[in-house]
Amino acid sequence: MAWMRAAAAGDEPAYRRLLESLAGHLRRTVRFRLGRMGQGDLEVEDIVQETLLAIHLKRHTWRSGEPVSPWVAAISRNKTIDVLRRRGRRCESPLDETDEADLLAHDAPEEGAGQDLERMLGALDERARRIVQLVSIEGHSSRTAAQQVGMSEGALRVALHRSLKMLAARWRDEGP
Amino acid sequence: MKTDELVELLARDSTRHAAPGGTLWRVLLPAGVVSAAVLLWWIGLRPDLAAALRTPRFEVKLLLNIALWLTATGLVLRLARPVDHPGIWPALLWLVPGALLLGVIVELFLVPSGQWWPVAHGSNSTWCLRLIPALALAPLVASLWALRRAAPARPALAGAAAGLMCSGLAGTLYALHCPDDSPLFVGIWYVLAAAIVTLAGALSGARLLRW
Repeated sequence: MAWMRAAAAGDEPAYRRLLESLAGHLRRTVRFRLGRMGQGDLEVEDIVQETLLAIHLKRHTWRSGEPVSPWVAAISRNKTIDVLRRRGRRCESPLDETDEADLLAHDAPEEGAGQDLERMLGALDERARRIVQLVSIEGHSSRTAAQQVGMSEGALRVALHRSLKMLAARWRDEGP
Repeated sequence: MKTDELVELLARDSTRHAAPGGTLWRVLLPAGVVSAAVLLWWIGLRPDLAAALRTPRFEVKLLLNIALWLTATGLVLRLARPVDHPGIWPALLWLVPGALLLGVIVELFLVPSGQWWPVAHGSNSTWCLRLIPALALAPLVASLWALRRAAPARPALAGAAAGLMCSGLAGTLYALHCPDDSPLFVGIWYVLAAAIVTLAGALSGARLLRW
């Protein structure tokens, strides 16, 4: 809770630590839930990532002082249901059309890597994709990333936030 | 993308919105002002408003609408966050139709049976059905926008609650114009108007409020 409060106050390192520990917690929860439903754990990392994104975009609905874990659990439950519903819809397509090579490719996802986000980044325009890359993979701060793409820092912040919202909306509406 | 990279990305995004309650008030207030302005300049207040304010039927009509507005607002605020339970608000909300039903029963005793239909039909029932949804439009759009920023676990229900809230607000405003005060009139036309707005809220909530 202290981290969440610090994060709400704009403490970036505290927020990063919180997200890291939430990622571990979510990974365990999602794996357990899917296992119990006999759904396998192919998509665990994708669900973890979609949930982290939702937690991030909805963090203003956490009320300062309230325990963090019920709030996180509520968001995570909502996202898992979403994913299962989406998967149900996808299962309507005949299974035997699936290419075996395709199955094998999905069989061993890289440890700790999600497949969905990578694919959905393609929906962003080139500059937004570049910004996401600079910040996420190359670890730029918004100031240095802004210099790289030649925007003001404020404009970059707006663009970054808008990209995250767009990714979340695509994920929800169309699935990966 | 690795989860570490996503965490890095999220930690760098410092844009943060206000809490759902604050957002709701900030957009509902101007929308309510728009509806009030439409009432004052386009629809008009009833000419005998000052005298009507001292008649029990008008007071009951006004209070029922205000009560619907307030209790539905409480419910909307609860449904805006995934972790909150509706709590006592649905029960409080049910008191409003309960009180209306009581009013209808009392009115049936007070009004001779030959007059029931003329009283219930009133003088401008179709206007009631049109103007309450019209006055609810701006507040409904505003509150759905605010709820989109929030995180309702049940989108259609949250939209329906927003619809009830806005029909309470619109009904309160419209009551200042409407010359028909009998609970028989309110029990049919105001209820139908509220049902229209609530249905609109539920349908748009199911589409717009998923996150």
